[in-house]
Amino acid sequence: MKIAVPCSEKNINGPIYQAFGRAPYFLIVDSESMAYESIDNAAMNAGGGAGIQAAQIVADSGAEVLIAPRCGQNAANVLMPAGVKLMKAVSGTIAEVVDLYKQGKLETLEDVHAGHHGQRLS
Amino acid sequence: MRVCVLSGKGGAGKTLVAVNLAHSVDEARYIDCDIEEPNGAIFLKPGIVHTQWVNVKTPQRIEDRCKGCRKCVDFCQFHALAFVKNSVMIFPELCHSCGGCVKVCPTGALRETDRCIGTVEKGKAGNTSFAHGILSQGEPSGVPIIKHLLADVQDGGPVIIDCPPGSACTAMESMEGCDFCLLVAEPTLFGVHNLKMVYGLTKVFSIPCGVVINKAVPGNEVARRFCKQYDIPVLMEVPYEKRIAKLSSEGEMISEKIPQYRQKFAALYSAMQEVAGDETISHSQR
Repeated sequence: MKIAVPCSEKNINGPIYQAFGRAPYFLIVDSESMAYESIDNAAMNAGGGAGIQAAQIVADSGAEVLIAPRCGQNAANVLMPAGVKLMKAVSGTIAEVVDLYKQGKLETLEDVHAGHHGQRLS
Repeated sequence: MRVCVLSGKGGAGKTLVAVNLAHSVDEARYIDCDIEEPNGAIFLKPGIVHTQWVNVKTPQRIEDRCKGCRKCVDFCQFHALAFVKNSVMIFPELCHSCGGCVKVCPTGALRETDRCIGTVEKGKAGNTSFAHGILSQGEPSGVPIIKHLLADVQDGGPVIIDCPPGSACTAMESMEGCDFCLLVAEPTLFGVHNLKMVYGLTKVFSIPCGVVINKAVPGNEVARRFCKQYDIPVLMEVPYEKRIAKLSSEGEMISEKIPQYRQKFAALYSAMQEVAGDETISHSQR
């Protein structure tokens, strides 16, 4: 199963990025082999609608699960019908957190926020 | 002359200045473009005779025509469209109504429909013409409402535009076509910081401007110093006084309750005409 994780380093032993829509990259991790590839997040510098564009990228990657610390409403509105499960990230490296997911130790991401529309992280 | 009343922050006194100005010059048109919190009506107490919805165009799917090419999704710079499970999703609140998605769709699977984002109300308050726009809650952009409010403004008599606070899109839209920018500022470091931003905006548009210092305290020169440094005329001061605060908090206009303020605001209008006239002359001499 493919698991998507937002990150700022293309490294499975690196940390999970704090935001979803404007993360620099997504790491797509294969949960069985722990092999991974990275995708550039074209939405990182979007003027608006970054969450939607980022969600589109994750949905198109074929990921079935997204592990992120938080997620906006618009992004969730794309990811959920696309069949991507939203899981709440905890502290640790990407590899550790994916491992916790495999053990069933992560919670689903319930606190979808209204979004940072109009704001930019720079 | 078309005057827009601006301030870099909320609560500086735009509405106080705008309504009293409109009340103090004959046959003025007051237009409240502060569409997120239009409160000029509290002071002017107009009789509303005309209400109109403001609609914007947003795309709608026509089922069974989409072949999944995603051209609409790729075209939209605002990411108002996504493609999930063989179907286009539309986020109307992100749409800027450009119509591009409908045009690029090769199979005619999208059409434009009207979406109401707010209302415009018009009426009269004494001999002042009144109009304001109200943005529906949750709508991200009031620009189309401001366009609607200003669409039928003609040159000629006094037009006083009460602008949204700040220096973003809605403020800029309200300034379009103005002859003069009246900047309202508090004599505090916060006030001056925001004054600087909104002053920068008037420079972008090359519109002459002047400042009203509201809540002025004798001896506090922070706003005046800024104006002197940038050579901006200070056209009026409204003192930090309990009776002014009390009248305002009760929705009363100082130009109505304190006679000399009617003269002061009328003089402010004349002073603006003079500054705008001077700058027009100096522009044409260049």
